Amino acid sequence: MALDSKMNRVFKVVGTRPPRPDGVEKVTGRAMYGADATAPGMLVGRILRSPHAHAIIKSIDVSAAEALKGVKAVVTAADFGVPDDLSIRDVQDNCMAQGKALYHGHAVAAVAANTAAIASQALKLIKVRYEVLPHVTDVDEAMRPGAPIVQEGRALENVAAGFSENVTSQCEFGHGDLEVGFAKADKVIERSFTTAATHQGYIEPHACLASMSPDGKGDLWCCTQGQFQVRTLCAEIMGMDASQLRVTASEIGGGFGGKTTVFIEPVALALSRKSGRPVKIVMTRDEVFKATGPTVSSSMDVKIGMTNDGRITAAQAQLRYQGGAFPCGTVEMGAQSAFACYNLDAVHTVGWNVLTNRPKEAAYRAPGAPMAIYAVESVVDELCQELGLDPLNVRLKNASTKGTKSSYGPTFDDIGLRATLEAAKAHPHCSAPLGPNQGRGLSCGFWFNFGGNTCVSLNINTDGTVGITEGNPDIGGSRAAISQMAAEELGVPYDKVRTIIADTNSLGYNDVTDGSRVTFSVGLATIEAARNAIKVMCGRVAKIWGIDEDAVIWEDGCAKPSGANAGDFTPMSIEEIAAISSNTGGPIAGHFEVNADGAGVSFGVHLADVEVDPETGATKILRYTVFQDAGKAVHPDYVEGQMQGGAVQGIGWALNEEYIYGKDGLLQNAGFLDYRVPVASDLPNIETVILEIPNPGHPYGVRGVGETPIVPPLATLSNAVARAIGIRLFELPMSPPKLLKAIRQKG
Amino acid sequence: MVKVTIWGSLRSATDGQVEVEVDARNFKELLDRLATEYPGLKPQIERGVSLALDGKIYREAWFTEIGPKSEVVLMPYMTGG
Repeated sequence: MALDSKMNRVFKVVGTRPPRPDGVEKVTGRAMYGADATAPGMLVGRILRSPHAHAIIKSIDVSAAEALKGVKAVVTAADFGVPDDLSIRDVQDNCMAQGKALYHGHAVAAVAANTAAIASQALKLIKVRYEVLPHVTDVDEAMRPGAPIVQEGRALENVAAGFSENVTSQCEFGHGDLEVGFAKADKVIERSFTTAATHQGYIEPHACLASMSPDGKGDLWCCTQGQFQVRTLCAEIMGMDASQLRVTASEIGGGFGGKTTVFIEPVALALSRKSGRPVKIVMTRDEVFKATGPTVSSSMDVKIGMTNDGRITAAQAQLRYQGGAFPCGTVEMGAQSAFACYNLDAVHTVGWNVLTNRPKEAAYRAPGAPMAIYAVESVVDELCQELGLDPLNVRLKNASTKGTKSSYGPTFDDIGLRATLEAAKAHPHCSAPLGPNQGRGLSCGFWFNFGGNTCVSLNINTDGTVGITEGNPDIGGSRAAISQMAAEELGVPYDKVRTIIADTNSLGYNDVTDGSRVTFSVGLATIEAARNAIKVMCGRVAKIWGIDEDAVIWEDGCAKPSGANAGDFTPMSIEEIAAISSNTGGPIAGHFEVNADGAGVSFGVHLADVEVDPETGATKILRYTVFQDAGKAVHPDYVEGQMQGGAVQGIGWALNEEYIYGKDGLLQNAGFLDYRVPVASDLPNIETVILEIPNPGHPYGVRGVGETPIVPPLATLSNAVARAIGIRLFELPMSPPKLLKAIRQKG
Repeated sequence: MVKVTIWGSLRSATDGQVEVEVDARNFKELLDRLATEYPGLKPQIERGVSLALDGKIYREAWFTEIGPKSEVVLMPYMTGG
């Protein structure tokens, strides 16, 4: 669906900042999150988890637990079937270990009981006999021949020889002649980097309430980024028809990609089926860390050649990502995005996905991109330092632009990287003075953005107000943005529109809320649904006026004659048309279903000033500015919120956050006290500059915005720290002990 | 005929060719022809691929029309967060 030709239109609602529709409910505590669901006769579910990183489950004796008064059901892997689809089987096995515990915290059994205390007591009565196996949690160690094998037989046909079986897939991208390119360079730098696994860190733990009835119907309420995806996975695992399982998404307290799959929902359904009672499971924070998806950790090599005047002549990267105990496809996105910001004649990336004894990775905002771009942007910055070049000018010189053959293959259409860099260059932040131990860092960032399956129903109520039903949980302000686009198209005030999120039996299939797709895809479908409703209304008015349908146009919320030749009729408002709908043909609605394509790629540039305390190694962020091509910003508050939120998560990744495993393969910091996310007092106000380069693939020019802003902070801060103290670290996070050690080693 | 750029790790299935030509009018025909003419590509196609058509990424849409001069790049199936 192409950009409207009348893109010089003046928007009346789109681009404004109305109050958020969920604000009052959330600040007064009325909003219903996953843990708020209740049902008569509800039981409490609890899950027993492996104390070992890697172990064969020799036997599970649940008899004592089942005999405990108040226990209504106990399930293990034996209560589940074996799905035909391997990817579904992986999801199921991650929810309940089948034969082997693959990581510390892997679920091995579950209990439903009258109270939480009884459930917890019952877990202690379950006797699991393990045979502990050697484990591996480090990506480089896991790749070596002879490493403990996490799962056998999972390597795809495309993996080269010479690796352990833990290497499950390999990918390769690029074009041009690297040898020729590097020969043209005046300076070549090659560095190796590592990044830690980080958790999405959503405040709301996973929670669900499952209710299976004796006739095989099921209801599930849960916090998720995609109720339809939950239905697909759970129906397959439970052997149910999709029509018989209704999934309702609660309000969501953060997801960032981590709630695009299931962890506890099939377990709750199995407990409910076995007990005949509704079962609620709410994860503890400890469980969230141990058994839900963090992102991958990485080990990377990057080599870049540059001329004395700052032209990149060749670029090469090898990326090794561990995605936990099950195969993943994350390195493909990293390998494609690593050099996307640059117009290169010679570029080559290779990536490997690797199994380890860690929890199965889950998507996290721009999955795979932040770490790859961190490594690339760090080497670019070091080259600038070595050659005495301005880092912003070097990026402008090499920036991808319209017509650039991207490092992953396609030729870019209209993109906003150059405009974003120029905005950064012109911003006062770029030239502000710095003091001692202070440094300024810069990084570009990129994300693809996606569309996907989308279904919207738009109803014109009999009073002329508008109800919209859509199928994607609102994780970033989509209800407001969708209402705004409907109001814009229909020519009605924003407050006459209300958008709600449907359950899986109330609307056609929608993909999960991922890939920064919702404002783009659901917005596009909403605009089309509104246009369909307008067509219905114009048709009815044409009949009332006795003229051709083509002679009626829609403007400012009214049907009007298209011109003098159409006749002299008083315009009819949407309220007037809706009020007589029963006389003119019945309810008025517009629908639209699409697998949306044409999501425009997105670029961002971040600038940060930091001060490093040489006494403690602590990094204080003094100033931080985000520049991003957002396409048309439908609700700028939310766009700015996405830019700020992504930046803050990236800051945490750069400075403090990491999964820490002991030599025993056990996770040592499963809680927010030891896994430190940035809090408000750690941060300055994150300044934002929105650039609105229209996406040619959307009628209003909308692009996705939610993922790109987590990409640049890693290198932005690494580059800032390197310039502040003259020491460049090649690993993340740059926590105070690591920085202090580096400062002391430098002397 | 449509020229399709293959990503690096699939080139072992196309005798090392970076670009292959197939007779296809849309995404589905393209995938079917690739799987038939280059059987080594079939496992990856069955696992899922995306298609970049003139710079835009399409994840699944079979009937997306492909013109003879379109730039077509085969990509891994993409997911986001």
